[in-house]
Amino acid sequence: MSAPVAALRSEWAKLTTVRSTAWTLFAAFAVTVAFGTLISALSNAQYDDLSRQERLTFDPAGTSFTGGVLGQLAIIAFGVMVIGGEYSTGMIRNSLAAVPRRGVFYVSKLAVATGAALVVGMVTSFVTFFAGQAALGSHSTTIGADNVLRATLGAGLYMTLMAVFSMGVATMLRSSMLSMGILMPFFFLVTQILASVPGAKEVAHYLPDQAGAAMARVVPNDDVPYGPGGGLVIMLVWVAAAVLGGYLVLRGRDA
Amino acid sequence: MIELAGVTKRYGRKVVVDDLTFTVRAGCVTGFLGPNGAGKSTTMRMMLGLDRPTSGHVLIDGQPYARLKDPLRHVGALLDAKAMHGGRSAYDNLRCLALSNGIPLGRVDEVLEEVGLTAVARKRPKGFSLGMGQRLGIAAALLGDPEIVMLDEPVNGLDPEGIHWIRTLMKRLAAEGRTVFVSSHLMSEMALTADHLVVIGRGRLLADTGMREFIDRNSRSSVRLRTPEPEKLRDVLAAAGITATEDGTGTFEVADDTPAERLGELALEHRIPLHELSPQQASLEEAFIALTGEAAEYRTGPLTAKPVPSGYPAAPETTLPETTRPETTRTES
Repeated sequence: MSAPVAALRSEWAKLTTVRSTAWTLFAAFAVTVAFGTLISALSNAQYDDLSRQERLTFDPAGTSFTGGVLGQLAIIAFGVMVIGGEYSTGMIRNSLAAVPRRGVFYVSKLAVATGAALVVGMVTSFVTFFAGQAALGSHSTTIGADNVLRATLGAGLYMTLMAVFSMGVATMLRSSMLSMGILMPFFFLVTQILASVPGAKEVAHYLPDQAGAAMARVVPNDDVPYGPGGGLVIMLVWVAAAVLGGYLVLRGRDA
Repeated sequence: MIELAGVTKRYGRKVVVDDLTFTVRAGCVTGFLGPNGAGKSTTMRMMLGLDRPTSGHVLIDGQPYARLKDPLRHVGALLDAKAMHGGRSAYDNLRCLALSNGIPLGRVDEVLEEVGLTAVARKRPKGFSLGMGQRLGIAAALLGDPEIVMLDEPVNGLDPEGIHWIRTLMKRLAAEGRTVFVSSHLMSEMALTADHLVVIGRGRLLADTGMREFIDRNSRSSVRLRTPEPEKLRDVLAAAGITATEDGTGTFEVADDTPAERLGELALEHRIPLHELSPQQASLEEAFIALTGEAAEYRTGPLTAKPVPSGYPAAPETTLPETTRPETTRTES
């Protein structure tokens, strides 16, 4: 068996033999679906209170994906723990002694965890879409409507890319605690606040989560100077930077 | 076989490992001895490619560790007993390692059996005692049935039964023709298990010598005699074929295993008065402390002389200062 295949099998076994994997991925699914449905139901109930302008730009698909703002915290935890679990336990030494080519180790780990995040992300995205539309009642849209399937796939991809971004950051920081301490408040508070402060808005649009969120919208946000494709590209640049940074740290530093 | 050539590790300006050159050979237990902080763990991490040497290189069976195909099949190491994922069962921890090197999963059960952890194979190591953790770490080291086994302070914190088990295991592995490299900061522990000794202090090589040679040189017992009639005693000892060294003030050292009783009787027979007749015994621990203690004081003294490049067995001399012998109280005559 070639070394990369063996490394992939090993990483898959690592991923599936710790409880944190199931917990974080299930939480990401459950939280996203629950809040997406709840917000959809509230929107449905208060639809009549909306202004005419708000009704015109109402995005039924995008509304059902808003649970992702909370659900992403669990997917960040997943990404962080996949990497951080190696460092917090000292397992990293055994792992690198077993797979001394660090690039092979890193790519295998990221590939396996990204695959898991992609599956969970897509399942979550479709479930939350249909649950959300059901809750929206007469204001809902269908998967066949213009751009809706793209937005649903975009929401799933967003979760996946957040997981990869977190893995890159955790590899750079080499610590679960530190990574969580930075990523959680950053994506739950900092970017959300910046995105609503007039002066900071223009810059905040280029942060990974704000850019990635464009992928999950059907009705474009007029404040944002790029569409879903542009959002994907910006988020990919962030993810690539984090992954590359992680690789450089892993390659350069003593284990 | 493990070969180190000029291996140096610096952290900033601090030199942790300083120009180490030695070879660890197969078929014997090589003890890697040094006080805490001497650079043993850093050296072992460099052997496994975990830490990169600032200069010099380490070869495992002639190639760098990172080039080994399925390295766990060549080298098994216990660096830190806690280096397992606490939330993954003992079996699964080993399974993950086995899969990465294409080791048949049947080996996982075998090594767990070998270290006596079969009963807790499905338990998570989070709740393991120190001894159980150590056994799991050793199971991981043996997983790939490696030719080289490297253990960093394996007896630390173990109960007597565990210590005995590890000693027996190391001897068995060496008897099977494997290379066994084990670090310790306890000379007494090494004296019981190691066939060969590599001693470092402050990152420098202090000795690279056979264990027997080291013991012979350092724990040789002798008998000290003191007499007001040295000429007479010298003749008597010479006539009896006993080798003695003399310091010129009437004190003789007999180090050829002649018992003190025989020397006393000999003196009585020839009516030579003795002011002192005392057996001397230097412990290995004292020899070790003297050796490593010197390293701190004399940076370029004879003890820290560069080893012969071929390393083993043409090892540098382990010259030990006379002060390693305990002083006996002299009675004024």
